[in-house]
Amino acid sequence: MKYLDEYRDPEAARLLLDEIRRVSTRCWTLMEVCGGQTHSLLRHGIAAELEGTVELIHGPGCPVCVTDQEAIDFACQLAQRDDVILASFGDMLRVPGSRGSLLDARTAGARIQIVYSPLDAVQLARKHPEKQVVFFAVGFETTAPATALAVKQAARDQLDNFSLIVSHVRVQPAMESLVQAPDNRVQAFLAAGHVCTVMGYESYESFVEQYRLPVVVTGFEPLDLLEGILACVKQLEANEVRLENRYARTVQAAGNQSAQDLVREIYQICDRAWRGFGVIPEGGLELCLEWRQYDARTRFSEPALPVLGIDECRSFDVMTGHLKPPDCPHFRKSCNPESPLGAPMVSSEGACAAYYRYGMTASH
Amino acid sequence: MCLGIPGKVVHWLEREGAFSQAEVEFDGVRRVVHMACVTEAELGDYVVVHAGIAISRIDPIEAKRIFETIAGWGDDEGWRPERLEEPEAPQ
Repeated sequence: MKYLDEYRDPEAARLLLDEIRRVSTRCWTLMEVCGGQTHSLLRHGIAAELEGTVELIHGPGCPVCVTDQEAIDFACQLAQRDDVILASFGDMLRVPGSRGSLLDARTAGARIQIVYSPLDAVQLARKHPEKQVVFFAVGFETTAPATALAVKQAARDQLDNFSLIVSHVRVQPAMESLVQAPDNRVQAFLAAGHVCTVMGYESYESFVEQYRLPVVVTGFEPLDLLEGILACVKQLEANEVRLENRYARTVQAAGNQSAQDLVREIYQICDRAWRGFGVIPEGGLELCLEWRQYDARTRFSEPALPVLGIDECRSFDVMTGHLKPPDCPHFRKSCNPESPLGAPMVSSEGACAAYYRYGMTASH
Repeated sequence: MCLGIPGKVVHWLEREGAFSQAEVEFDGVRRVVHMACVTEAELGDYVVVHAGIAISRIDPIEAKRIFETIAGWGDDEGWRPERLEEPEAPQ
């Protein structure tokens, strides 16, 4: 398929791998921010090929993995109402909240519909005027334009039975939180390509300047990832610190202005609790006051339930590079895709799921 | 979640602001895609689609750049840049 297959050319990948090995004089520690990149690195064997040359830390770039348990509990609570259809991306269904998952709620009779686009949830609301359709809006800046468009579509169609549980999170504040930690191990970042497609990468200029770490905007195919890694390694070897765009076929410096306008019209920046991380200042998006009638928390007067129990999942240690999934005491034991302890084992972009799926059993 | 798939714009359904829509072809399969963020795309252009909306138009010249770079160091090892198709002309 055009613009996919070409970027999987094994001979070109071999040349890039050789070049990375050639320029490296020591093992460098890089973080790929996006979970889609994590899966690609493992699926194509890149992480294993570069063992000893580059250590890849799998970052917090999976919005399903970082969705707060309280939001999942609230989604389950609403889904159990007779008058509600809860619409969600499929990834969210098996993620455990503190009182079970959406899948558990569905087994118990809740009406939950998987959708591929927030616009499909609007369509669902149009088809079911007798029900309230609530969309569980997770995702980074990549997904926020689609949910913003869904809100505008619902307003245009004068639908009064559509609302959102807004759990959007912002990537850059999380990267700042990571590098400010005293035990940070990251020496350079592969920035999340599709977040940058929307938001651009100009805002990373100050990040690079402040934290003195290379940031390279990187895509998702093997050649994209290898080119991003090579760019990071070259900078580190030369003791340079720069922002580079290695996903230029898709990403412009200023990003997509129309998408940003949509997001600015509907959302405002807020502090948000990230699962495993706690509250990250400016780490999320919430609906602006003038669109707040589409917020499920405004529309429904469900009592807030306390989060139960202790989250045993070691996702924070995994997402900060302090624990490789196979080193987690729960990995393949009390935690597997059928019975996950936490989101990184569930999500299609979770680091633990990637290690499980691609048969990685031991860390190095 | 951050999956973005390139597809070819084959037919505009509505090309007016926030509610623009087009048919986009992915490996032979056509889907209706919301085009609010890429209204400048022309027929034959490739766009990256995420969660039902196009978020970017792919630049075919930039898409070739990596292959040209690699060809500079490794052409004698068997890889040939001409294997990449030329960008298709807009229809």
